[in-house]
Amino acid sequence: MLRIEHLDKQYKTGDHALKDVNLEIPKGQVMALIGPSGAGKSTLIRCVNRLVEPSSGRIFLGDLELAHLGSSELRRARTRMGMIFQEYALVERLSVMENVLSGRLGYVGFWRSFFRKFPQSDIDEAFNLLQRVGLDHMADKRADELSGGQRQRVGICRALIQNPDLLLVDEPTASLDPKTSRQIMRLICELCEERQLAAIINIHDVLLAQMFARRIVGLQLGSIVYDGPPENLNAEVLTQIYGEEDWEATIEKVEEEDEELDTAALLNIAKVHPPS
Amino acid sequence: MPVRQQADTKIWKRRTTKAQFAVWFGWLVGVAIFVYCWRLISEKTIWFFVTDAPKQAADMAERMVPPKWSYMEVLWAPVWDTINIATLGTMIAIVIAVPVAFCAARNTTPSVHFVRPVALFIIVSSRSINSLIWALMLVTLIGPGVLAGVIAIGLRSIGFCAKLLYEAIEEIDHNQVEAVIATGAARSQQLSFGIVPQIMPAFAGISVFRWDINIRESTVLGLVGAGGIGLQLDSSISTLAWTQVSLILLVILATVIVSEWVSAKIRHAII
Repeated sequence: MLRIEHLDKQYKTGDHALKDVNLEIPKGQVMALIGPSGAGKSTLIRCVNRLVEPSSGRIFLGDLELAHLGSSELRRARTRMGMIFQEYALVERLSVMENVLSGRLGYVGFWRSFFRKFPQSDIDEAFNLLQRVGLDHMADKRADELSGGQRQRVGICRALIQNPDLLLVDEPTASLDPKTSRQIMRLICELCEERQLAAIINIHDVLLAQMFARRIVGLQLGSIVYDGPPENLNAEVLTQIYGEEDWEATIEKVEEEDEELDTAALLNIAKVHPPS
Repeated sequence: MPVRQQADTKIWKRRTTKAQFAVWFGWLVGVAIFVYCWRLISEKTIWFFVTDAPKQAADMAERMVPPKWSYMEVLWAPVWDTINIATLGTMIAIVIAVPVAFCAARNTTPSVHFVRPVALFIIVSSRSINSLIWALMLVTLIGPGVLAGVIAIGLRSIGFCAKLLYEAIEEIDHNQVEAVIATGAARSQQLSFGIVPQIMPAFAGISVFRWDINIRESTVLGLVGAGGIGLQLDSSISTLAWTQVSLILLVILATVIVSEWVSAKIRHAII
């Protein structure tokens, strides 16, 4: 689905944020990108939808090469990539509904969007999504009236209404409490499962990454230092990604939660694919 | 050093000795300048007139009361003109100021090197000339009357509105705009969904505030013949009709109070 080849990014300030990154994410895979602050996680996903211009390298979304698109093709390509932000990045003074519908901006013309005359099919889809995340009664509220968890749900709806092939998720839980964090991560993963979306989730919380992603990529100073399943994250690997620290507690806790999660996952699978 | 070691204890002071001395010296210079200026002004003042002032003021006040209430019938039309000058002038200013502001704001300007300096020049030139002077020039250009006043108020307000608005545009939260960009929105949509909602409160506040200022400014435009109540004020003063002057001053006061009340209400309703 997404293939990144020799991606390199050097900022004008001289920071070499990404060094020869190669990655491939198949359809339907949820990948967690972990690493310390400043490792280049944010830069990496922003290079994919070109909120940050890559210095060199190639990025393929399906067959489409993204790194050298002109502005109108880039806009069209961006509609295929939903993005979820750390601080939700909802337009605070617009209503929940308007925020969700803003995910359709790439599909409707300026005047239609200006007068808020979105096609009924978009509005239906917006209500479906809001219902899916449990916020359909909030459609008329202004975004700044919502709590953090609710805002992030709206952010998720906005990304999904684009009908994307790929989700770019930047620290979705960094401003949320632990319980809400888990709910949001679970929601994102479930929705990716339902819609067979590929996703890159930037996350600095190793525990959450291990709980929800089937593949973990560790980034350190702009280079990939780990790429594998969550089970293989041991003290040595974590030290390599983050530096020297006592990792025993992190690893132990994950093993406990893994068991819980496995049963939960099994139940989920049973729900999605009932035995025939 | 603000922190100094003395035996076992660390002594902390707000400033270093050097900084303390600099502050003290600054005050000394300030006081010296004040004393010097005081002397300069006092030498050039005719103190006889100043000491006489309270008596003169009392005399003038006496001639001002009671206000000539019957003059009010003549005043209604100029008051209405004054309010119209302010309102129409503000509208013209807003219509022009909005695009200028978007061109002047660093994050929305089409070109930092060409368009932005032009926009900034428009702002500065509009702001640097008082509306009374604009009116003076416009009266000679298009003749006396309300139109000159409207345009004068408009020209003066463009800079004010555009400057405050472009500062508001530059202070917006870029994350929200980024999120709109990421959906694949076109530039015009980024503007209308990402930026406009964020500056709406500032826009409403600025417009109403400027309208409020313009009510006050338009009361004096008549002094140079640009319509409004100032015309009556001018003629009343030159004919020494002090009872009319006092009535006009009361009417201006009332108008300003009403405009402040209205603008406070509107601002409250929008924000």
